[in-house]
Amino acid sequence: MKASVAGYARAQSLGHAFDLLQSAQGEAVVIAGGQSLVASLNLRLSEEALLVDIRHLPELRGVVLHEGVLRLGALTRHAELAQAPLVAEHAPLLTQAAPLIAHAAIRSRGTLGGSLANADPAAELPACMIALAAEILVRSAGNERRIPADAFFEGLFTTALEEGEIIVAVDIPLKAAGDRHVIRELTRRSGDYAIVGLAGVKSVDGVRLAYFGVSDKPVLAAGAMTILNSGGSIEDAVSALQDDLDPESDPHASAEYRRHLAAVLLRRVLADMTNS
Amino acid sequence: MSQAAFEQLVDISLTVNGERVEARVPAGRHVVDFLRLDLGLTGAHAGCEHGVCGACTLQIDGEIVRGCLILAAQMDGAEIWTIEGVTDSKEITDLQDNFVERNALQCGFCTPGMIFAARDILTRHQGVPSREDIREHISGNYCRCTGYEAIVDAIETTARARNSEQEAAE
Ligand SMILES: Cc1cc2nc3c(=O)[nH]c(=O)nc-3n(C[C@H](O)[C@H](O)[C@H](O)COP(=O)(O)OP(=O)(O)OC[C@H]3O[C@@H](n4cnc5c(N)ncnc54)[C@H](O)[C@@H]3O)c2cc1C
Ligand code: FES
Ligand code: FES
Repeated sequence: MKASVAGYARAQSLGHAFDLLQSAQGEAVVIAGGQSLVASLNLRLSEEALLVDIRHLPELRGVVLHEGVLRLGALTRHAELAQAPLVAEHAPLLTQAAPLIAHAAIRSRGTLGGSLANADPAAELPACMIALAAEILVRSAGNERRIPADAFFEGLFTTALEEGEIIVAVDIPLKAAGDRHVIRELTRRSGDYAIVGLAGVKSVDGVRLAYFGVSDKPVLAAGAMTILNSGGSIEDAVSALQDDLDPESDPHASAEYRRHLAAVLLRRVLADMTNS
Repeated sequence: MSQAAFEQLVDISLTVNGERVEARVPAGRHVVDFLRLDLGLTGAHAGCEHGVCGACTLQIDGEIVRGCLILAAQMDGAEIWTIEGVTDSKEITDLQDNFVERNALQCGFCTPGMIFAARDILTRHQGVPSREDIREHISGNYCRCTGYEAIVDAIETTARARNSEQEAAE
């Protein structure tokens, strides 16, 4: 099928992008990599849209150390995430996660900001942001705010973003020397969205475990984390997943199978954290 | 600077296979339709049109992309290479010959996209990629005819030959 697009404009600056969004009175959406948006326009899942192309805005680019955190511009493409030396050094979770996303010809175009705004419950990067306790920097015409990743993802393809807001960057706490970052997922074919995945970060504050593909949004396994962080056993943590997760059945996998895979992944991720 | 507003028809200026192209395109037209319908370049195929099959894979600004997931309207200033262009430049004749030799195509629908994915791993990978690496790199390209084995053979054969040529040259 063919996309139905009512109009296109390339933003020349962030200010111009806000003007365009405002002039469209809620009828416009931003397009970054287009790797989710154009697919849904072609499928006519999205309504006839006005598009504001933000792909050329320098304000949304860059991978830098900034005031003690790693700042990733919203336009950082998955392919860049996989390659960037600063990411490998300070947030290796994302270096591991990027190659799990889709295929080379999609990673060359898809962006971090687009992936977070899209909020697919089976996507890797939203769960990574929660595991890393990242903050999402959002701007609108007259305002700027930081949203903790925990509070950003609200449900199926739904986020805390309000009309007229654009993600400009994410801030990620730096990995300390002894910290461990591990992401694992199970898919039927390479490049598919995960049936179940788990992003884990271990630091002096304890372990953070963010699951994806088990709910309408990425979820922290709070019970399992509490057990592990108070010296409990892996088996007790696995049992706690029963209450932490409430997966649903869909054509890809039954709820019961997802529960099984979640337990398998917990053991593997914890083993990787100890061995790495 | 003029602050562009929304346009239903968008003027773009780009290069396609090294040639300058100026065009006015409907805002919703994707790159594959632009190439096929407006420029008559039918090498890139439109299969699923939602990013899954890889038949539309081509090169924009030095990287392989899905032609169906990029709008022509976004292409102002871009540099596009299609299978026609990289065939004419003869840079992948060895790869194409090996596809024929190994029977790595039957109907040919997937072939232009598959060649771009293959060319990408051949240029990016140092030395000879493993069959697993090759499979991973073409995992986004569906072939409903060959069963992939012959395609992996053709890519591996090309990688080996290029590698021994390079070693001989050193
Ligand atoms: C075949 C296929 C397989 C895929 N597999 C995976 C996978 O395994 N895992 C995975 O995580 N993803 C997968 N993806 C999706 C891919 O990662 C996309 O790149 C990503 O979801 C969206 O990024 P984008 O830059 O292309 O966003 P776009 O498509 O441009 O935009 C997506 C949405 O985000 C909004 N948006 C974009 N940027 C911003 C911003 N800066 N601020 C506010 N809103 C913004 C847009 O308005 C739109 O609603 C797959 C896609 C395809 C086609
Ligand atoms: S037509 Fe583009 S991926 Fe299928
Ligand atoms: S040769 Fe027919 S789809 Fe690949």
